[in-house]
Amino acid sequence: MRGLDGRGRGRGEGGPPERVGSQLQLTAVGREVRLPSGDLLEVLSGIDLTIGAGEHVSIVGRSGSGKSTLLNVLGLLDAPTSGEYLLDGQPTDRLRGRRRARLRGECFGFVFQQFNLLPRRTAVENVAAPLLYARGREFLGRTRRALEVLDQVGLAARADQVPERLSGGEQQRVAIARALVRRPRVVLADEPTGALDVETGQAVMALLAEATAAQGAALVTITHDLAVAALADRRLRLDHGRLTPMDAEAPGARTAEVVA
Amino acid sequence: MTGLIGVFVEAWGEVRVHKARVVLSLVGVFLAVFAMTSVTGLGLIVAQVQQEQSERSTGRSATIQLSGFDQTTGAPAPAAEWDAAVGQLLDRYGVEAYATVAYRDALFRLPGGTQQLQVQQVSPSYGPLHRLQPVQGRWFREGDRTSLSPTLVVNEFFLDMLGGGDLTAPRTVVLGGARPVTATVVGVLRDGYRSPTVYRIDHTGLDDARATAAADQAAMMYGPPSVELWVPSAQVDEVMAALQADLPLLLPGISANVYRADDPSLEGTIDTLRLAVRAVGAVALLLGGLGVFNVGLMAVRQRIREIGIRRSFGATSARVFGAIMLESVVATVLAGLAAVALAVAVVDNLPIADLFNDGVPIADLPGFPVEAAVEGLLAAAGVGALAGLLPALLAVRVKVIDAIRF
Repeated sequence: MRGLDGRGRGRGEGGPPERVGSQLQLTAVGREVRLPSGDLLEVLSGIDLTIGAGEHVSIVGRSGSGKSTLLNVLGLLDAPTSGEYLLDGQPTDRLRGRRRARLRGECFGFVFQQFNLLPRRTAVENVAAPLLYARGREFLGRTRRALEVLDQVGLAARADQVPERLSGGEQQRVAIARALVRRPRVVLADEPTGALDVETGQAVMALLAEATAAQGAALVTITHDLAVAALADRRLRLDHGRLTPMDAEAPGARTAEVVA
Repeated sequence: MTGLIGVFVEAWGEVRVHKARVVLSLVGVFLAVFAMTSVTGLGLIVAQVQQEQSERSTGRSATIQLSGFDQTTGAPAPAAEWDAAVGQLLDRYGVEAYATVAYRDALFRLPGGTQQLQVQQVSPSYGPLHRLQPVQGRWFREGDRTSLSPTLVVNEFFLDMLGGGDLTAPRTVVLGGARPVTATVVGVLRDGYRSPTVYRIDHTGLDDARATAAADQAAMMYGPPSVELWVPSAQVDEVMAALQADLPLLLPGISANVYRADDPSLEGTIDTLRLAVRAVGAVALLLGGLGVFNVGLMAVRQRIREIGIRRSFGATSARVFGAIMLESVVATVLAGLAAVALAVAVVDNLPIADLFNDGVPIADLPGFPVEAAVEGLLAAAGVGALAGLLPALLAVRVKVIDAIRF
């Protein structure tokens, strides 16, 4: 498989600074899991992928194609069983325990399909939650920073509301604010519009793209929705654990298809 | 530093958000620690009461009773020689706590008529050794030994025979016989007996050689005067053997009668009682602890997704473990403190003497046993740690990806 080299998101003069050097590089990455029967299932195979700083990449694929596993590998929630994963040029295979967790907290922000907000905590508490694991000023100024990011996603007025009193769209905007609060290099979004209606999903997706771009963070979106995928600078397809560029396919082929 | 503060902030956040669960587990710990501390504290006090009751009659552990009598006549040794020989032995063995006791009969001219009653003639040191503390007046003191009027300490039953009332003014009673003498009651004991108890000071300014004949007669009936020696339990056999061997050497012709007066099995019995009390307390704590454990375990199961989300923020295993343990331990220690405070208040205000000692005041009634309070707090912290340990381990072992999808 050819390398899927990334390119920076185009930003005009006066836009946020490019974050040079913060890139993810996967080379021949594979991930196998052992089934209860004892057999090995190859979830990812020979993944070559490079994501540049500030780039917006979308990955589409059917259910069970390995999209979430790939996202988990990228976000250091899971580790490949073969191949090499470099983060800022540094191999990640030797990262263990505390260092791995810290790097995950510092470098990545996650947006989940089901929002995964902490129940019974207010919006501002939810957004500030990742900063509990930060240090120094970042930790001490967590509430102020959380309010600032909530303002960026247009929810400053709802800061004291608990998730149970927010709409789906609002909850996902809180989740986006939470993903951005530690100024991550990469935001990993797993079906960010999957639990929202079409209109709300589009608005949320636009906000996600805009907010990550404003921070100069890369955005990797996993989605079934080709309309959502189309917002990305680069679109990839994951099929049976193998990654291919969508652009390489025949023009018009499956463009109207919602990959399900 | 901010990491440590973060653990506390996180734990406090959990406590605040999960009030109902925390209160539920705290109620369990509170009741468990309260039960354990109260039972242990009360049990230790009851053990003390039992010990005092026994020591009041037989002396403290270990009390050796020493007496001597002429092998031929059965009469007691001459008083002066006996005192000299016993004094020498006490010095030799370094025994500082001792008392003398002799049983005598005396005629009392009471308002209801003259009665012959048994009297224990004792030295002032007999009271402390037998934990005798008058509820009115006082116990004997050294000055009573030179008083011309024999001093008496009696029980409440005898005071009633004298006409009752309180010992606010001097009460006297005439001891009849060939040479009547007016004795003065200086103290009243509450022993719960429905018969008269009379203690008389062992010596007065009137005592002379004329009393010897009467004393010898009494000795034939009740045994010679004896000395009670309070010695460490570990040395009791050694001292008894030495007394048995040495007394005849100092008083030729006199045979020593040496035996242990207190109940040697009492210590074992009290220890068993204390052990049983602690066992009951431990069971109470165990039951309470199981409740906390269950709540903690269920809480972690409910929080698996939340734990996964926090791990995605960068929470380390140690941080997740620490936060759950801290939440558990801090909460249980706080509940334990409240429970111990309540247990102390309740037990300290119980009418212990009325409940366990027939209303007889307890000489050395301890305050709430500190050991029980400390045990209660340690137990609370232990329960918190144990109840938090498994949930914390479970939380650490959670696979982040699975947890997020939970």
